[in-house]
Amino acid sequence: MKYIISTLLTLAIAVGIASPVQAKRGSDGQLNLLYWQAPSTMNPNLSGGTKELEASSVVLEPLGRYDENGNLLPWLAEVIPTVANGGISKDLTTITWKIKKGIKWSDGSALTADDAVFTYEYCSNPDTGCTQSNYWNDIKSVKAVNSRTVKIEFTVPKPFPYAPFVGYNAPILQKAQFDGCQGAKAQECTEQNFHPIGTGPFKVVDFKPNDVIVFEANPNYRDTSKPAFGKLVFKGGGDAVSAARAVLETGEMDYAWNLQVEPEILIKMEQGGRGKVVSAFGTSVERLMVNFTNPDPSLGDMRSEYIGGNNNRNAHPYLSDYNVRRALSLAIDRQVLVDAGYGKAGKISCNVLPAPAIYASSANDECKTPNVAEANRLLDAAGWKRGSDGVRQKGGVRISILYQTSTNSVRQATQAFIKEMWKQIGVETELRNLSASVFFGGDISSPDTYQKFFTDIEMYTNNFSGTDPQTYMSNWTCKEMAQKRNKWGGNNMPRWCSPAYDALSAKMSISSAMKDRIRLTKEMNDMLMQDYAMIPLIHRGNVSAHSNTLSGVRMNPWDSELWNIADWTRK
Amino acid sequence: MIHYIFRRTLIAIPTLLVISFIIFAILDLAPNDPTGNLPMTVPPEVRAKIRSSLGLDEPMHIRFGLWLVQFCVNEPLNLLHEGFGISIGDAENRTRILSWATRSPVVDLIIQRTPQTLWVVGLSYLFGILIAIPIGIVSAYRQYSWFDQVGTFISMVGFSVPTFFTGMVAIIIFSVQLRWFPMIYDTTLVVDSWQNFVSQVKQMIMPVAVLALYNASQLSRFMRASILDNLNLDYVRTARAKGRSERAVLLIHVLRNSLIPVVTLIALGIPTIFSGAIITEQIFRVNGLGQLLIIAIEGADIPLVQTLTFIFAVLIVFFNLIADVVYGILDPRIRYD
Amino acid sequence: MTENTQSTEIAGDERFPEEELETLTQHRSLWGDVWRQFRKHKGAMAGVIVFIFITLAVSLGPLIQGIEPSAINFSERNFAPTLAHPLGTDNIGHDTLAQMLAGGQVSLAVGFSAMLIALLLGTLIGVLAGFIKSLDGPLMRLTDLFLALPILPLLLVIILLFRDTLRTLYGPEAGIFMLIVFVIGITSWMHTARIVRSDVLGIKEREFVIAAHSIGTRKRRIIFRHILPNILSPIMVSATLGIANAIITESALSFLGLGFPPDFPTWGRLLYDGANFIQITPARVIWPGLFIALTVLSVNYIGDGLRDALDPRLRGR
Repeated sequence: MKYIISTLLTLAIAVGIASPVQAKRGSDGQLNLLYWQAPSTMNPNLSGGTKELEASSVVLEPLGRYDENGNLLPWLAEVIPTVANGGISKDLTTITWKIKKGIKWSDGSALTADDAVFTYEYCSNPDTGCTQSNYWNDIKSVKAVNSRTVKIEFTVPKPFPYAPFVGYNAPILQKAQFDGCQGAKAQECTEQNFHPIGTGPFKVVDFKPNDVIVFEANPNYRDTSKPAFGKLVFKGGGDAVSAARAVLETGEMDYAWNLQVEPEILIKMEQGGRGKVVSAFGTSVERLMVNFTNPDPSLGDMRSEYIGGNNNRNAHPYLSDYNVRRALSLAIDRQVLVDAGYGKAGKISCNVLPAPAIYASSANDECKTPNVAEANRLLDAAGWKRGSDGVRQKGGVRISILYQTSTNSVRQATQAFIKEMWKQIGVETELRNLSASVFFGGDISSPDTYQKFFTDIEMYTNNFSGTDPQTYMSNWTCKEMAQKRNKWGGNNMPRWCSPAYDALSAKMSISSAMKDRIRLTKEMNDMLMQDYAMIPLIHRGNVSAHSNTLSGVRMNPWDSELWNIADWTRK
Repeated sequence: MIHYIFRRTLIAIPTLLVISFIIFAILDLAPNDPTGNLPMTVPPEVRAKIRSSLGLDEPMHIRFGLWLVQFCVNEPLNLLHEGFGISIGDAENRTRILSWATRSPVVDLIIQRTPQTLWVVGLSYLFGILIAIPIGIVSAYRQYSWFDQVGTFISMVGFSVPTFFTGMVAIIIFSVQLRWFPMIYDTTLVVDSWQNFVSQVKQMIMPVAVLALYNASQLSRFMRASILDNLNLDYVRTARAKGRSERAVLLIHVLRNSLIPVVTLIALGIPTIFSGAIITEQIFRVNGLGQLLIIAIEGADIPLVQTLTFIFAVLIVFFNLIADVVYGILDPRIRYD
Repeated sequence: MTENTQSTEIAGDERFPEEELETLTQHRSLWGDVWRQFRKHKGAMAGVIVFIFITLAVSLGPLIQGIEPSAINFSERNFAPTLAHPLGTDNIGHDTLAQMLAGGQVSLAVGFSAMLIALLLGTLIGVLAGFIKSLDGPLMRLTDLFLALPILPLLLVIILLFRDTLRTLYGPEAGIFMLIVFVIGITSWMHTARIVRSDVLGIKEREFVIAAHSIGTRKRRIIFRHILPNILSPIMVSATLGIANAIITESALSFLGLGFPPDFPTWGRLLYDGANFIQITPARVIWPGLFIALTVLSVNYIGDGLRDALDPRLRGR
């Protein structure tokens, strides 16, 4: 008998060692993460930068979040509410979330529906300056039905009601902690913003803004065996190349985030054998925006303004010609751009919406193979003749493009390639790079913002968070055109305007059947692509690197990369 | 001299006011924006709300006035309150200068960053001076000797190859290949034991060496030039003729008179310790004041940039005054009244 | 006023005929003397030769080599040095040698012009502040202001205000060249000014200057004949440092979008862009780094030689 018991015990211990599920909390020591853009706050509602969202995601958690394949998982909630399970009302105006039993904050108190209601109130208060407030749009009320049930009522039917309390953008704050920090006071609650109490696997011990965050395992985390790491150090600063070096070459760090670096550098470092480069593809597409309006500085106030009508006086002198736009796209060899600038982190894309896969269209695959001959033929046929300097012109208009983007070595390489490719079809290009803080800054006194778009072509990446493309696709409706009247606050940078597209977008906002939403999305994508309102280049992935000693990393492009950090272990 | 110092200090006040206003105006005119680093998924309406929550809707002169009051009145009072427990007025409800990116008091950020900057940048400056002065003296005294030639070559390479490059090469050699030193500076390290002291020294060696090389190369050139100018002057001949030892001539007479340009440079350099070494701090992730400043500039965190730059301006004015006073001590012929 | 100083000067010259005589005899052979002395300075001659070599290489080299610096060959990326590409290629497929040569033209032009602006401004302000008491306060406070200005935001403001105007007036390259040289010059004269002033403060109290004053020599003459030759060495050092500074700063500017278009190579830019590739194609960083250092080194030795040659106490030796 004694013998059997001891064998069983040994077996149990052996099993315990073999399966990480039974590992003890904190048994794997310290985990070192390197985010070269350092987080400036731990409150995701006061800074919407990805770095802050990632850092806070190990502490603050939402009711539901996405896994690495874009599926919604119940996180602090028991199930994902749907119309089928009665969680969403038939008229699509309410959604009811049920919180799991026994969830505790790291200070030991219980998570209740009141905390969720408070989170809504906190972010929807206009004086808070909440950066995530678009996740709380069209909400009539958020109520606590009982201590574990939250009911959200919308002002309009929501075919896709999974924005509030879903993903790392809209996690739940503790009411007891943030009660005095609403509205204008939000700015002054430094202590709370730096050390938020959460339900996640870690809690903040020391926060040094823009430098380093030290976490330790949350003693009240719901799974008593997790996280495997007792201490988490989240270091910031430096640049992407040296961040990769710290993981792949010196092994000082376990994980490095956002390594947009030329592929050969990463490959060379990976050969050291200390770590791996991983990537995951979300919705990011590096694209060329085509200006449909005339950016000529001599137009003064009318520069890049859309006038429209039958007699579109302010149309772009050559980019308003369909043949020119198509030829520009045909001349680009996208594979070269992927090979030189992206490697594993990029794929050729012929769509502005390449993911989730169900929405991806295959109608535009012409762009996959470059066709310089066809591009030249199109331009010849359209009357654009090469001048003595080799640059095509028609009626005194030369195709001489000013092409701007932000400063980034991969972007400048892409610019150099495209300039050379366009040279082959008789198009002259002048390149310009701008400091990212200016280009993306949106300061209305600056002529160099991507919103003003005072050049002919500009290049950047855009994406949408979550998996529903409705808001994203409405970016290119006529009313979204960025120009003087809305202080360049729109999202339609090409100033491309089509009533047919607007009609599709309107239809999308009231269609709830998945089948219809997919069809409409593809139709809108194809319309944009086939009129060359934008020229998509590369479907970009997120790239990170992790040490070979780390296991459990599941790169997630739809949510925080650290979404499952509770499951990470040391090999 | 006292009269001169007093007059200069009085002039410094309006000078600094003008400087602070010009800095503010430049920051206000600069075309970057605090919401620029937000992802594109944040819509324009939300950005407008954030801007107004930061007080950007107010006209420029009001924002400048507010900053000035906060910097000159509230922050010193707060330091008194927190440092010595002396409270004057309503200590609890006094508004402090808040950084836009972190929403935390700017002065606290500066205090948090100062130790690592003083250690790394300050020490490298000190080492730079300590290396440069003897090298400058020997190079000049033995002009065109092999020592001088080698010194010249190293210092030329030292300042024509920027620190981002020397820093990276140092990392590849000493961190990647030899594994002697860490490439990432740990700012949470507390030196409370011998072992931690060793770690601290190890993590400081590369950044300090890279910066010290850069500083020493500049300084040693000026030192050398200045000694050379003095070596041929009449008073040196006189001193030699009087039978003073060569060492005494060099170290007492020549050195003293040659120090003026060096003092100038050191006075110009000390404030830059405070502004940190942006590139070196980034490369080794020292995350001191230089990194704080560059992130603030990139993120258009105007209160933080304004405060840092203004403190820098105060130091410049102060140390240039010190330099002017030191000239008078080194060379009694220099008079200001 | 003008007349008055002129007449006193004549009087002064009459009273000290020896000095005048000396200048007269020297005048015939001053530059000849300087040149003779300069030629004896081995370092200076080596500097001149290296400098001429670099200048010739970057100005004539592209004609001989015949590869367009902007030409891209997609299939020839990250090549080690070969016969066709003596310095290899970069990650885009540019020929590194062609980029080095083209980049040298720009870097040398920017380096020298910006250095000259900074040097002239710095010396002018330093001498005036040191020599004329009433100007000392205002000029030095101006120096304090420039030292304190936050450079990066200032540059962004300058781009905002001037880039488009200059681009339309002089084209993207010439316009940007003027802007860069101006910007670097205007933001790097302060050290020279402070150092020159500190030297002038000491020198103006020396016996020969006081003597010149007392015989009523014009201020301008004192500055040019007595002050400037004696502060030449710090100015020469500033010049050497200034070139290195300008070449490196230029490349930092292009990251802000203030520099040349991104496909326009310069030495500083090649060094920046190549740094991350040091383990793959080391030639990309070694050559620009070496050439910047060589240029600075040659200027330094030329400066040394010039200073020695112009020093009357050394010339006789």
